[in-house]
Amino acid sequence: MTARDTDWDGVRLHVVTGKGGTGKTTVAAALALALAHAGRKVLLIEAEGRQGIARLFDRPPLPYEERKIAIGPGEAEDGRNPGGDVYALAIDPEGALLDYLQMFYNMRGIGNALTKLGMVDFATTIAPGLSDVLVTGKATEATRRKQPSSSSGFSYDAVVLDAPPTGRVGRFLNVSAEVSGLAKVGPVRVHADSVANVIKSPQTAVHFVCTLEEMPVQETLDGIAELRSVGGLQVGGIVINMAPPTVLSREELQAQPDTAAMAEALTAAGLHNTDELAKELADELAGHARHVELAEHERAELEAVGQPVYELPLVIEGIDLAALHRLAAELRDQGAA
Amino acid sequence: MTNPQLDIDRIIDDRRTRIVVCCGSGGVGKTTTAAALGLRAAERGRQVCVLTVDPARRLAQSMGLTSLDNTPRLVDGVDDEAGGSLHAMMLDMKRTFDEIVEAHADPARAAQILANPFYQSLSSSFAGTQEYMAMEKLGQLRRSDEWDLIVVDTPPSRSALDFLDAPERLGRFLDGRLIRLLTSPVKAGRPFGRMLNAGFSMMTGAMTKVLGAQVLRDAQTFVTAFDTMFGGFRERADATYKLLQAPGTSFLVVATPEPAALREASYFVERLAEERMPLAGLLLNRVHSAGSCQLSAARSQAAAETLETMILNERVASASSADYSVAAQTATAAALRLHASRMNLGERERRVAGSFMSAHPAVPVVEVPALPEDVHDLAGLRRVGESFAVQG
Repeated sequence: MTARDTDWDGVRLHVVTGKGGTGKTTVAAALALALAHAGRKVLLIEAEGRQGIARLFDRPPLPYEERKIAIGPGEAEDGRNPGGDVYALAIDPEGALLDYLQMFYNMRGIGNALTKLGMVDFATTIAPGLSDVLVTGKATEATRRKQPSSSSGFSYDAVVLDAPPTGRVGRFLNVSAEVSGLAKVGPVRVHADSVANVIKSPQTAVHFVCTLEEMPVQETLDGIAELRSVGGLQVGGIVINMAPPTVLSREELQAQPDTAAMAEALTAAGLHNTDELAKELADELAGHARHVELAEHERAELEAVGQPVYELPLVIEGIDLAALHRLAAELRDQGAA
Repeated sequence: MTNPQLDIDRIIDDRRTRIVVCCGSGGVGKTTTAAALGLRAAERGRQVCVLTVDPARRLAQSMGLTSLDNTPRLVDGVDDEAGGSLHAMMLDMKRTFDEIVEAHADPARAAQILANPFYQSLSSSFAGTQEYMAMEKLGQLRRSDEWDLIVVDTPPSRSALDFLDAPERLGRFLDGRLIRLLTSPVKAGRPFGRMLNAGFSMMTGAMTKVLGAQVLRDAQTFVTAFDTMFGGFRERADATYKLLQAPGTSFLVVATPEPAALREASYFVERLAEERMPLAGLLLNRVHSAGSCQLSAARSQAAAETLETMILNERVASASSADYSVAAQTATAAALRLHASRMNLGERERRVAGSFMSAHPAVPVVEVPALPEDVHDLAGLRRVGESFAVQG
């Protein structure tokens, strides 16, 4: 542990959601890296088998198995404080079902037979909600798993779950309600209730990834309202991803660009054809000013929610391991981890 | 870009085109694309119905849709000079499922099915129901022959391919071996043989353990009541699948110039080829075009640095930072930096799109520029539609 407080001390299960295309998996991975410092051990779980995590970390597809995929940043100054470890797990409902049968009934063999008969298809895709319970169940199991030899007493200091998109996350997390329509009693119900005990506790926070555009912001606001209406679910932070760069202050952006003076400056910088260039650049600047104004409006809507807001820049070159570490450092600096 | 240009106007103007399916991964702008395409086709003289699934609220409002009511509504404000019209509807998947049940079972049995808890879960949250019902609705609209062009926006699936697989999966389930076994309780002396019998009761035992006896009972009651409809379900799924392979159908794959979106697009293109489904092409959405200024990123960056150094030196020399020329220089340096990142972004997008195109050199492509704002009204949709047109 470090002396520094973060916004989410006490949270052990970080659920990350966001509209499609906002970079949810990237942010989940960066958050896992950010949490993995000072010898801490973090598990990053991918809930929907797209193998996005393996791709981000430039690894072959992940099996249904917890594997170490990265080392978090160490604090180099004292040399004694090593980085932490990031483990990853790609959950698929089938694997989770077999795991569940093994864990609770010691029936993996039967599970395999059931797979052949289409039972797994039935139980995971068909029996509605069961698949979500199995996935959240695996995440909560990893969160609670004990490891007496570790300093915290737990196997993992934190678990980050790359969850389904915002439109489906309410249903995904509201596990007990989801199965209650179907199973009023019985083992699935008991399991769902125990999963809900972790998810609806201060140990769990649901973070929203968003870009500063209308539709993602609206979905985020709707998603937060939905989560709040469920009760017991803790809304976490809002991570603004791919934020436009700040190149000028608001006042500077609002000022009408003086193209003659700009042309002069361009000539001074050694460029040619500067009259035309200045006009084109002034147009681009005006377009950017409009973009920033819209983004500011969206940001204000997100800030009105009253949750901590973090901001990550657009990485133009694309996301690789170096970029992930940079984003993780941003999240750490801003107090998210 | 060496791929052929995708001519969307040619597709929507061709009277033989009866269905356009917009598919792609989440967040790439499928719904807006479908709506803009529908509007453009209507204003070019087609009788169009846009079938959307879960549109953003304001987009729905722009077409006058206020609720999921499963009824195509005439969209006001469409230019009908060319003799076309636009209807739009939002899919209500539970309602669609209920209607199929009501159409295929006598009233008493229908009521029994609709009241079953297992059916209620299945019809409102089975992972493939939305896709299945979208296909079902598409089939209904097509058969009604009231529209000469139907534009479908596919559901926000985990993967774009779910749209093709889900009907098959639901059909397989409703028709499946397992569910049949469930409905015929194991009796001693059945031709299964003792071995299988033992294995089977062990399995039902396991299922009872996992799901609970009540879930299994509900499933059995549901399946018994639903039994007569199974064949019908399979047939319907097959018929709709055939409709998608028919010559009047065109698949439009939508993607943004991002690796993940284009990877999905790739899978989809390959899958369509396997299924012999007609691919119209790729609509590459939200492309950041270079604009008129062609100054390279490197030169722009270098000039910005030169200016910034000059500003710094002037500040040291004169200490009058509010100076007129300093303000212009600051703005110019900022504009140059912005321009450089814009050129870099464009370069990256071209690289990402380029790898898709070299893998699929025959797929026609159209690029649609990124818009600063979301679409809220018909005028906005019209502008999006105009950007589909082949640029002279």
